[in-house]
Amino acid sequence: MTETSTQKPIPVTVLTGYLGAGKTTLLNRILSENHGRKYAVIVNEFGEIGIDNDLIVESDEEIYEMNNGCVCCTVRGDLIRVVEGLMRRPGRFDAIVVETTGLADPVPVAQTFFMDDDVRAKTELDAVVALVDAKHLPLRLKDSREAEDQIAFADVVLLNKTDLVTPEELERIEATVRVINPSARIYRTQRSEIDLTKVLDQGAFNLEKALENDPHFLDQDEHDEHVCGPDCDHDHHHHHDHHDHDHGHDHHHHHHHDHAPSPIHDVTVQSISLRGGEMNPDRFFPWIQKITQTDGPNILRLKGIIAFAGDAERYVVQGVHMIIEGDHQRAWKDGEKRETRLVFIGRDLDREKLERTFKACEVQA
Amino acid sequence: MPTVAPLDLEGHVLGVAFLKDTPFFAEASGTIHRLDHGHKTIEAHDGLLSLDHDEASDSLLTGGEDGKVMRTLADGTISLVAEAPRKWISQVAAGPQGAVAYAYGKTTHVRLADGTTKDFPEERTVEGIAFAPKGLRIAVARYNGVSMHWVAIAGQPADLEWKGAHTGITFSPDGRFVVTTMQENALHGWKLDAKAGAEARHMRMTGYPAKVKSLSWSAKGRWLASSGAPAAIVWPFQGKDGPMGKAPLELGTRGNTMVTTVACHPAEDIVAIGYEDGMILAARFADSKEVLLRRPGKGAITAMAWSKNGRQLAFGSASGDCGVVDLAG
Repeated sequence: MTETSTQKPIPVTVLTGYLGAGKTTLLNRILSENHGRKYAVIVNEFGEIGIDNDLIVESDEEIYEMNNGCVCCTVRGDLIRVVEGLMRRPGRFDAIVVETTGLADPVPVAQTFFMDDDVRAKTELDAVVALVDAKHLPLRLKDSREAEDQIAFADVVLLNKTDLVTPEELERIEATVRVINPSARIYRTQRSEIDLTKVLDQGAFNLEKALENDPHFLDQDEHDEHVCGPDCDHDHHHHHDHHDHDHGHDHHHHHHHDHAPSPIHDVTVQSISLRGGEMNPDRFFPWIQKITQTDGPNILRLKGIIAFAGDAERYVVQGVHMIIEGDHQRAWKDGEKRETRLVFIGRDLDREKLERTFKACEVQA
Repeated sequence: MPTVAPLDLEGHVLGVAFLKDTPFFAEASGTIHRLDHGHKTIEAHDGLLSLDHDEASDSLLTGGEDGKVMRTLADGTISLVAEAPRKWISQVAAGPQGAVAYAYGKTTHVRLADGTTKDFPEERTVEGIAFAPKGLRIAVARYNGVSMHWVAIAGQPADLEWKGAHTGITFSPDGRFVVTTMQENALHGWKLDAKAGAEARHMRMTGYPAKVKSLSWSAKGRWLASSGAPAAIVWPFQGKDGPMGKAPLELGTRGNTMVTTVACHPAEDIVAIGYEDGMILAARFADSKEVLLRRPGKGAITAMAWSKNGRQLAFGSASGDCGVVDLAG
């Protein structure tokens, strides 16, 4: 049809993190390292970005509530305008990076890329990357909800300034991050030093790519970067032993995770991992619709792989608050276990109800 | 049969206008092209964001990513009107008595003919500016409504409140109505000639499948044409209550594409309708009769303007394929 509809969508990376967590340092790396890609960068203020680049755009954070009565349906009006302006001259850059303020809520930023038709037609949210100051995280969690939201919402967490804490502190901090967000990839960094291929072009929101890139989605124990939650026993060796036990371990771990209360203070976000067999689509779809409608305001992120009875392909879903998207991803492989996995990250979620109603969607044997 | 003289440019065309009888095409890159005994170009901006045709002086006002507000005359000469380094000039509007309004961020700046500038800060980002047809008065579209300021008189603005994000604004030519485009797929209007002390009356114009990005008043302001649907949606404004309680005309309905730009003829009740696939039709309000002005092209129609005598229509697209339709053939 038109040029705009045939163009490949431009990937957008969102950087979040508290003031002083290292966002600007990371941004300067993205702009200066020789990776052969050109980035347009949307910042709240030019601040200390030391790189001369005409594609740095200043933008005042502006939240729009949508006029549909839904309190969580918020988007960033400033991003709609700036992205529209940038996309009129698409040849100038390969990707967009959005830097948010330390106190920014990542949700409206992400929802902009799903709820605004124009933005959605031309761009694609690639990943939300949260920078966490290892030294100051405990304090941040005490005095703000934003710090926790930023971690809960992230696809990639850079645990930065690790040189400022002891190995024991670092273990604890990482465990805290893992409790808040069990599905994020965590990297330990100093001075935001990271292989940029682990941050950019992740396809974390792309249903086709997200789970391909992350084959061990929800299999925390098999994850390279896995750190045990505080409810685990911090014995990696033990884990590997269990790993050999195949799904016996999986189940054990899962069970463990779900029922141990978080011993970490100041964490209000919880995650609920659900695992089941093959689903009846006539039950599952009405269920997930209803859950996201009624509990949407409390759900920050949800992701899952669904095995539908009689369906040769894996179905993947993901959501932000009340927005949910799903699509077939690929055929189930021979010998691959046909199971359904879903993770909800949010607040005040009713674990018992979610588990019970989820189980009711399974195909009855 | 209308004939089309094409002009193939590289990039997105943000606006077109006839200055005297010369068609001008402004690209988002900042280059302004004109067909004046051959194809000529002016490098007006490093990135163009906003544009308005100043009919009083028959010039083109533009705002850029380079923080400049420029004026381009019919002979191609350009001059700097105002500058705000490193700011994106997202809005410009031409007013009476040589006044120019422009905005970046949350403040509207009005530069008067004597060179003085007045600032009108808002609590939220300025998303649209329109000058009232009479008196030196501006209406500013912003989140949750519109602020109306008298430029010469210091004082509180008159606020027109309506919840939601208002992204563009226009006055009816008789000054009785102000209409905004919204982030949601709707227009909102206020009837301004209520009795003194009474509240302005609201008009909700909804039912669009997409955001409305193009509005055009017909000759004498009898109708308001809009994009955002598979047809041009044309609201009646002849009555004293405007379109309240009335259904709009739907002109040039097509099943497989959307209207992206509308431009009413300067004299007749006819609207030029530009579509996402690059096609342009002209449709008459009286009997919905359609004439093909241009076959589909490379990109969505993003800008159209009639010549003053109404015999030519200049157009531009998102892909740069522009041209001038000559109705006389």
